[in-house]
Amino acid sequence: MSSAMLELILEATLDTLYMVAVSGLIATALGVPLGVLLYVTRPGQILAQPLTNRVLGMVTNIGRSIPFIILMVAIIPFTRALVGSSIGTNAAAVPLTIAAIPFVARLVEGALNEVPPGLIEAAQSMGATPYQIITKVLLPEARGGIITGLTITVVTLISYSAMAGAVGGGGLGDLGIRYGYNRFNPTIMLITVVILVVLVQGFQMLGDYLVRRSDHK
Amino acid sequence: MITLDNVSKTYGTGEQAIHALKPVHLHVPQGAIHGVIGLSGAGKSTLIRCVNLLERPTTGRVFVDGDELTALDAASLNRARHRVGMIFQHFNLLSSRTVFANVALPLELMGVAKREIRERVEPLLELTGLADKRDMYPAQLSGGQKQRVAIARALASRPKVLLCDEATSALDPQTTLSILELLQDINRKLGLTILLITHEMEVVKTICHRVSLISAGELVEEADVGDFFTAPQTRLGREFLNAFLELEPPQALVDRLAAQPGDDTHPVVRLAFTGDSVSTPLVSRLARDCDIDVSILEAKVESIQDRTLGLMIAELIGPADKTREALAYLESHDLQVEVLGHVQRDA
Repeated sequence: MSSAMLELILEATLDTLYMVAVSGLIATALGVPLGVLLYVTRPGQILAQPLTNRVLGMVTNIGRSIPFIILMVAIIPFTRALVGSSIGTNAAAVPLTIAAIPFVARLVEGALNEVPPGLIEAAQSMGATPYQIITKVLLPEARGGIITGLTITVVTLISYSAMAGAVGGGGLGDLGIRYGYNRFNPTIMLITVVILVVLVQGFQMLGDYLVRRSDHK
Repeated sequence: MITLDNVSKTYGTGEQAIHALKPVHLHVPQGAIHGVIGLSGAGKSTLIRCVNLLERPTTGRVFVDGDELTALDAASLNRARHRVGMIFQHFNLLSSRTVFANVALPLELMGVAKREIRERVEPLLELTGLADKRDMYPAQLSGGQKQRVAIARALASRPKVLLCDEATSALDPQTTLSILELLQDINRKLGLTILLITHEMEVVKTICHRVSLISAGELVEEADVGDFFTAPQTRLGREFLNAFLELEPPQALVDRLAAQPGDDTHPVVRLAFTGDSVSTPLVSRLARDCDIDVSILEAKVESIQDRTLGLMIAELIGPADKTREALAYLESHDLQVEVLGHVQRDA
């Protein structure tokens, strides 16, 4: 294999990691608070706001139900306005982020739902404010579940990022399609798949390790 | 220290309304250990959760340590809750925090400085016998140890009142006893007022000074523990006591019991000796003075704090007029007599 080819593979791997990292970080930063909001505004919860909850839930569901490939094309004007271009890794990171936010939010909400209600009650009996309950009880107690959710998100992002080729986003999926599929190069195809498998495996192991470390149950 | 004035709790409205708690009055003086006992679903939990407003009462006012909690805004209520510790049946410890950090939690919530937190948590771990467990996680502890952590945590904010929500119901009898001893110790050492709810008479008997009986959302009886165990005033109270004392006539006898006396029958009686009658040799006197035989079927003596309670199920054997005389004799003394039925003499 030529060194040019190797360089292409390396670049594609870095592109994938870049897209996953940017969209993963931003989606976490926005999705975790959204997930917390979805949980604490539920009826009967510490900041019960049934109307807000319903609206947030609906928006989240809409975000979750649009197929990624359609989302990516549909928001091109928004992407262009945000990053100045509709092609490239930065442009691909925008729809990845948009798709991942509701994904993260629902997983976080699910993780918070696993926290025994008795703990919230105990904190209330100690005079905790809703903010304190979120930061001192809910998030720490749901940490394992949240990390599990974020791991699933990263793995999903890796696979979604393969579709980013559709907007010229680059990355391993794009490489696999252009060189492996379109130019009938099975070696490239295989290499990209193997790298993707290794990446997914690696992130999964890292996630599992972090969950184990934070789990004292 | 705690006063519930006309406090009630209703869930839902109109036709579907569930009156979990009918208007109740309760006063627990400073330093007392007050128990509320009742069957599941009687409203105990609702009652105790109304004290620190985990449940907001539908009507009535709640006073703790002179403050009317029901009149406070959210921020003042949170401050007032620092003076009311609470422990729970399932401990409710944070699994992500060590023993030390769990006990430190209420202090963190109050914004106490790190150094002071350490100074206040360490003695509590000593008091509750957890000094060597400080860096362990709840999952590594036994049920009794978890409840000790919960108690230490409840005490961290130096409360005036401790609420115990079925605190020993998930523990085995021996552990229950050790937790009760700890609570009693705290009550004496710190002068802490304790309100506890339970369905176990053992708990009431062991540490409570006063007890209220709750049934269908109403406090139906309130008494000093000694009085409650020797002379409950309500039917439910007697049922609780009998179940606790496990003094029921043997089944074989129950099968032969007739409600009405017949030609050749003898009364079977349950006698409860309290006060002076405990130390009086009543049975031998009965035999001598009334000229009947007394066959003791079952007997038991219980110490209820500073009182003694004797219980006996006995058959009074003799001619009808003699046994009637014997019953009158027993009733004239300081003891309760209940005729369970009449049994045909098989001999």
